Amino acid sequence: MAFLTNFYAFLFYFAAFVLLAGLTRKIIQYAITPAPLKIPTTPAPTTRWGVVLRMVREVVLFESLFRGNKWTWIFGWTFHFGLFLVTLRHLRYFIEPVPYVIQLIQPFGIYGGIAMVIGLAGLWSRRFLVDRIRYISAYSDHLMLALLLGIGCTGLLMKFFFHVDVVEIKTFFQGLYRYEIQPLPADPLLMLHLLLVAVLMIIFPFSKLLHAPGLFFSPTRNQVDNPREQRHIASWAKKLEH
Amino acid sequence: MAKDTFAVPELTPYIEVPKIQPGAMAHSAPFKAKEEFQTPLGYPGERVEDWQKKAIAKMGELLGKYRSLRVYLDACVKCGACTDKCHYFLGTGDPKNMPVGRQDLMRKVYRRYFTLAGKLFPKLVGAVDLTEEVLNDWYSYYHQCSQCRRCSVFCPYGIDTAEISMAAREIMDSIGVGQKYCNEIIGKVYKVGNNLGLPGPALRDTLQGIEEDVYESTGVRVRYPIDEVGAEILLVTPSADFFAEPHIDGLIGYGKVFHEAGVSWTLSSYASEAANFGMFIGSYENMRRIALRIREAAIQLKVKRIIFGECGHAWRVAYSFLNTLAGPWDFLDPRYPVPQHICEFTYDLIQQGKLKFDKSENDDKVITFHDSCNVARASRMGDMPGGQFEIPRAIIRATCNHFYDMDEETIRDRTFCCGGGGGLLTDDLMELRVKGAKPRMDALNNVMQEKGVTHMVAICAICKTQFSKVMPYYGMEMDQVLSLHQLVSNAIVLTRRTDDEEMQDDLDDAD
Ligand code: HEM
Ligand code: SF4
Ligand code: SF4
Repeated sequence: MAFLTNFYAFLFYFAAFVLLAGLTRKIIQYAITPAPLKIPTTPAPTTRWGVVLRMVREVVLFESLFRGNKWTWIFGWTFHFGLFLVTLRHLRYFIEPVPYVIQLIQPFGIYGGIAMVIGLAGLWSRRFLVDRIRYISAYSDHLMLALLLGIGCTGLLMKFFFHVDVVEIKTFFQGLYRYEIQPLPADPLLMLHLLLVAVLMIIFPFSKLLHAPGLFFSPTRNQVDNPREQRHIASWAKKLEH
Repeated sequence: MAKDTFAVPELTPYIEVPKIQPGAMAHSAPFKAKEEFQTPLGYPGERVEDWQKKAIAKMGELLGKYRSLRVYLDACVKCGACTDKCHYFLGTGDPKNMPVGRQDLMRKVYRRYFTLAGKLFPKLVGAVDLTEEVLNDWYSYYHQCSQCRRCSVFCPYGIDTAEISMAAREIMDSIGVGQKYCNEIIGKVYKVGNNLGLPGPALRDTLQGIEEDVYESTGVRVRYPIDEVGAEILLVTPSADFFAEPHIDGLIGYGKVFHEAGVSWTLSSYASEAANFGMFIGSYENMRRIALRIREAAIQLKVKRIIFGECGHAWRVAYSFLNTLAGPWDFLDPRYPVPQHICEFTYDLIQQGKLKFDKSENDDKVITFHDSCNVARASRMGDMPGGQFEIPRAIIRATCNHFYDMDEETIRDRTFCCGGGGGLLTDDLMELRVKGAKPRMDALNNVMQEKGVTHMVAICAICKTQFSKVMPYYGMEMDQVLSLHQLVSNAIVLTRRTDDEEMQDDLDDAD
């Protein structure tokens, strides 16, 4: 058993490192790459606050997607909102003492899990049913959905059918903070669930999951529409002026 | 038309999303630029030896210069929301004309050379080497994008395929694979001053002719000045306005508005072009070089304000980029935005009650309005977001009694491109242009049937030219497209001045 525990301890150190380092690298790369021209998709807000509001609507409501395709929006939003609730629910494993809001949210986290799985199933079915989306799907697009669906289903199975010792899981993760390796319950379903989560963390910075940070750096969405009032110029373009 | 070998699509009462037909437009590609059109822009005359290496290096360079490219190549989740938004896909069914399909042509190369996943598992993530075949696809399909940005409206991350098309064209130019139409035209701007290659004397001739015509038809001496030092306003307008119907009627309208405003204005023979094809080929340097001509003209002519005539992408470059490319404009009158659109100018005068119209002059027409993509989705007019939709419509309502919009899903920021933007307005792409116009023609046909619309007004030189050319394919007349300032020109009531009478007397005496 010690071997498995050690393996998972190492795996999560590694996954956390890759996720954080990879994301940081990408975010820095996005941040330092200049946007030399003003290209907001108009009509666009004319103030910073307006842009913040536009961004909030995109992140919380998927506003553009809503205008673009209702089915994808319904499934996509259900999945993400579910994922969000599930993530909040899982915070109980990582924070001690568990904050009051996180305690409150626990039951909703379960609905979130169900919503997530339904949303993913809907999204995946579109990849088969709609000829245009079938055409643009690579293996990786299918695998990504399979991975998330795998995480969701193993999670729900543990919740409803094959219970595991959640106290021990919490002890395991709390231990990792102090570089102490506490035993992990040797439950095959849990092993699979955690393995898939670690895989997700590792591929995050190398895959299309970069859409999450990417959105915040998208010039068509995050720029203020004020080119006549304020001169906007990138450093490399400035050099042309001499 | 008899020579055309393609079938013109049937018009439909609503947007029908076609089944995908892989390869349907693979044969479509514009003529390549020969050496004489490449070198003036600073590009190799023919495809360079080690083009593959050079192209990847250029791609790396652009990834470091344009955040849009970097983020957009990473962020797409293949959600498919954009797949049915491009007029070229709707008109052709070719899946590489779906915005994401078009992006993927570059994304799969990006993944192969610039991402870990693509280097390690190319098959898994759909990454490929930049082969001859891929380059051919690039040339073909990056010249089937009019850079209209309709896709970016609906994408959850605002991914703008236009940014990718521009980068692709810049990469291809840099290895000596350029497009004849755009590059030849840019060369003409450098040599002569405008896209059509009209030299100063020809412009002066045309303007004199216009002055005489307007005097003859109105009895009022409206001036159409050029190269007049010390005028208050520099008007920069697409060169088509000097040349062809219905563009020239727009120019006549601008002159009448300036006349009524009582301001002095001038055109410039040096900056006799509002269009800036540097944008279409994604070249910051060429775009800047063209834009700087306007700065030089403004300084030479000692003007106080700059106003742009009706042109879509020109207004994008003017509104969104001019300050960046050729600013700062601190030597101009700070009370006015730099630059202004002629519609903003006319609209302000209408608001102040300074223009009088006889709307019945346009009573023979029932009007609809085509939002040009670059005005709609890449710029603004006035102080409020969306002014680019309201201001032209307000001008139409002030000058016409009969106006109906097309279907909401096809106007404002959801407008469909005319099918000829982005450097595709060339005869060697006729099939693409006709098929790409279908969504707009559908919507137009519907208001023609339902509301009895007779004319469509546009504020873009490319739209006007494209519509005049493709409307006959759909059983409409080429003169059903009008300039906005043509309506203004028809309806405006000109104020007679004393020198008008004198001139009339002179003419009478001479009889
Ligand atoms: C700022 C946070 C995020 C935003 C605004 C966001 C937004 C979106 C949107 C609008 C879509 C397209 C619609 C859809 O297919 O669902 C999408 C797709 C997707 N998102 Fe997110 N997302 C975020 C975070 C995440 C995270 C943290 C994950 C996973 C760990 C994730 C996984 C996915 C996946 C797998 C897809 C593709 C679904 C498919 O294949 O159809 N997203 N996201
Ligand atoms: S920018 Fe316009 S033409 Fe280009 S892919 Fe998008 S919708 Fe199509
Ligand atoms: S809408 Fe955006 S994210 Fe979705 S497939 Fe198109 S480009 Fe990709």
